Amino acid sequence: MLRRFRLEEPETVAEASEILGRFGESAKIYAGGTELLLAMKEGLVQYERLVNLKKLKGLNEVAQEGGEIRIGALCTHHQLEGSVLLQKQLPALTKLEQNVANVRVRQAGTLGGNLCFAEPHADPGTLLMALGAKMIAAKSTGQREIAAAEFFVDAYETSLQTDEVLTEIRVPTPSAKSRSAYLKFGYLERPSVGLALAFNLNGGLRDVRIAVGCAGPAPRRVEEAESMLEGKSREEAERILPQAGAAAGRASQAISDLHGAQDYKEHIVGVLLKRAFQSAIG
Amino acid sequence: MATAMMKSSDTQLIPLSFTLNGRLQEFDVEPHELLLDVVRERLGLTGVKRSCDVQVCGACTLLVDGRPVSACTTLAFEVRGRSVLTIEGLAENGKLHPLQEAFIEHGGFQCGFCTPGMILAAKALLDENPNPTEAELKHFMHGNICRCTGYKKIIESIMAAAKKMRSKS
Repeated sequence: MLRRFRLEEPETVAEASEILGRFGESAKIYAGGTELLLAMKEGLVQYERLVNLKKLKGLNEVAQEGGEIRIGALCTHHQLEGSVLLQKQLPALTKLEQNVANVRVRQAGTLGGNLCFAEPHADPGTLLMALGAKMIAAKSTGQREIAAAEFFVDAYETSLQTDEVLTEIRVPTPSAKSRSAYLKFGYLERPSVGLALAFNLNGGLRDVRIAVGCAGPAPRRVEEAESMLEGKSREEAERILPQAGAAAGRASQAISDLHGAQDYKEHIVGVLLKRAFQSAIG
Repeated sequence: MATAMMKSSDTQLIPLSFTLNGRLQEFDVEPHELLLDVVRERLGLTGVKRSCDVQVCGACTLLVDGRPVSACTTLAFEVRGRSVLTIEGLAENGKLHPLQEAFIEHGGFQCGFCTPGMILAAKALLDENPNPTEAELKHFMHGNICRCTGYKKIIESIMAAAKKMRSKS
C-alpha cells in the first residue's frame, strides 16, 4: 500500500528545483518510480510530495556533441538499450542496459533515477565511473558538473543538493583506441558484484580505469589495481591480472551482505577483472 | 497546477482518460493509486495478479502502449492518454489469441497464476520480434516467474504461437 501523497508536475527544471527547495526533505523527485515506489510501499521512506519530472522537455534524448555522448537523465533503460548511437559509441553501456533487471523495469526505469537513488546493487554508476562520465546537476540558478567518482557518497546517498536535478550524463566520446567492458555476477535479483574496465590501447594499456560496484555501499574506482596495469603491454597485463584482481578485490571495500560474504565478493572481483580484460581486448 | 484539482484539503484528484482493452475509460484517481488496484478493484478485471509486489515476478504484467509494465509499481495516473491491454482484452470477437491457443494446446500452464503475465509479456516480445531464438525469448521473459516451474512448456507454447502467427501474416 502506498500512503497518500501530493503530486507536483513542473514543466521546467527551474520550477522543479524551486519546488524541491521549498519543500525540502518532505518532497522527492519521481521519474520511473521503479525503486522509489518500492521503498514507499514498504514504508521505508515516506514523502508528502512527489515531483514528477516526466513533463520536463529535452531530458530523454541521446546525442553526440562537443566530444561527448550526452544522455538525458529521463532516458529509460529500454530507450538506451535500443539506442543506435550508444551501440556504436558505447557498446559496453548498451550491453549493460540490455541486462538491467527485467523488461518491465527497463521500460519504466530511467538512467537518472537509477543513479540518483544510488541503490548499492545497481549497474550503471560503475561503468559510468570507469568511462569518466560527468553528471550535470541543475537548479533554478544554474548548473554544475559532478564527476561520476564524486557523485556517489554512500548507499542511497549522492552529492546532489536538495534543490538540484540531475539533467544529463556526459560521457567522453571514446576514440578508436578505447576499450571497455562491464560484467556482473550474482545469484539474487540484483548483482553481487559489478566490475567495469576501460583503457586505451596505445602501445600498451593507457588511462586504465577500473571501477567496482555492488560489493560495498557505493561504486568506487580501485586505483591500486589500475596502477598495476597502467603502461603494461597486453602480454604483461595478462600475466599480472591475478595480482591486479586481488588488489582490486582488496580495494573494493566489499562488505558482507545477503549478496555474499566479503571474501567471496573480493574473489569475484578478481574473476570479473580477468574476464572484463578478455572481453575488452577482444 | 494544470493537471490536478483539489476536492478537499487533503485529496488531490487527477483526471484520467485512457483506453482499456480498446474502450475509453474516464475517471479521476488520486496520485498514490496503483494501476494494479485500479484495474482489479475499480474496473473488476482480475486477470492481473498481485504477487511479489516488487517488479520481480511478472504476475502483474500489463501492456501499456504495447510494452510490458509492472502494474503493482505503476501509478495509475501514468496511463493518461495511453492504451492498456489486460489478458481479458486479448481475445478478439470471441476468438482466442494464438498465444492463448498455444498455451492450451501445449500445456503452457499448471496453476495458471503466472499465465496472464506470461502471455502478455510474450505478446510484447512477438510483436517486436516475430521470430525469436530461444535465447532471445528467455532473455525477454526472464522477469516472468512460474512457481510451478513449467518453463519448458511455456517456451514451447510461445515458440508454437510465434510459428503460427508468422504463417498467418
